[in-house]
Amino acid sequence: MSMHGPIATHRSSTGIPSGRLAVWWLLASEIFIFGGLVACFVLFKLSGTPGFEDASLTSITAGAINTFVLLTSSLSIVLAHAAIEKGDRETSFRYIWYTIGGGVVFLGIKTYEYIGKISQGHVITENLFWSFYYTMTGLHALHVIGGMVIMALISFDIRKGHNYQRVELIGIYWHFVDLVWIFLFPLLYIANF
Amino acid sequence: MSEAHAHPNYIKIWYWLLVLLAVSVAGPMLEIPAITIITAFGIATVKAYLVAANFMHLKFEKKIIWFLLILSICLLGVFFFGTAPDLMMTEGDQWIDCIADKSCVEQRL
Repeated sequence: MSMHGPIATHRSSTGIPSGRLAVWWLLASEIFIFGGLVACFVLFKLSGTPGFEDASLTSITAGAINTFVLLTSSLSIVLAHAAIEKGDRETSFRYIWYTIGGGVVFLGIKTYEYIGKISQGHVITENLFWSFYYTMTGLHALHVIGGMVIMALISFDIRKGHNYQRVELIGIYWHFVDLVWIFLFPLLYIANF
Repeated sequence: MSEAHAHPNYIKIWYWLLVLLAVSVAGPMLEIPAITIITAFGIATVKAYLVAANFMHLKFEKKIIWFLLILSICLLGVFFFGTAPDLMMTEGDQWIDCIADKSCVEQRL
């Protein structure tokens, strides 16, 4: 780290560190990616498109466990942020890896669900519901994988005493991934309206 | 790193998120569609607020971040309400059900 710290921590014309502003900017664009899919899903569902009754075939238990896992991983990454603010590198490192562990459990359950559904013949081309199901959850899973890789890189960086601000930045991203799931869960698992 | 501000009680927030998760899972068991929708999407909105405000520290952020996010959601609303009539309004002088009268297929041929 330079004497004045990285640019991402201090240089900003908005009063917000530029690194954090960039993450919020990224998340604003993500609102369109996931929001666009959710909006299309709701439009098709409300217009009575056949196939959406298949929402009753998804496992509420698996979805609820995955929601629990992501909410808990959100807690662990925010605790990692709180720890690094106090300069406690080891605790922060540990909490980051708990979060990555949460991501692994989430993906494991998702894989189990995918295998079960595909083996029952519910593939992406079956009808519009399953197209949305695999597209939305698959895109979300890619975001989970991306977050886990970045977290792993950051964890080793902070252990060496570098770039502490990145824990907060990846935390904001990870909470957004959690937020997306908070809406996908009722949409794809609970509300068979 | 972030500006100095008191950290919320994260464990307490997490506890409330789990209580809300339990309610949203229990809602459909009543088998009343209106309650299912309220418990599913109403509670999802409350959970999203708790995560954004406390875990993402949105309640400590400057107004420009709120502006950025609200603007994004408003533009998403424009997309939704701009395209919704095409899919959902099936009556009116300008409406042609080209799927039913097969003219869509003929146009493509």
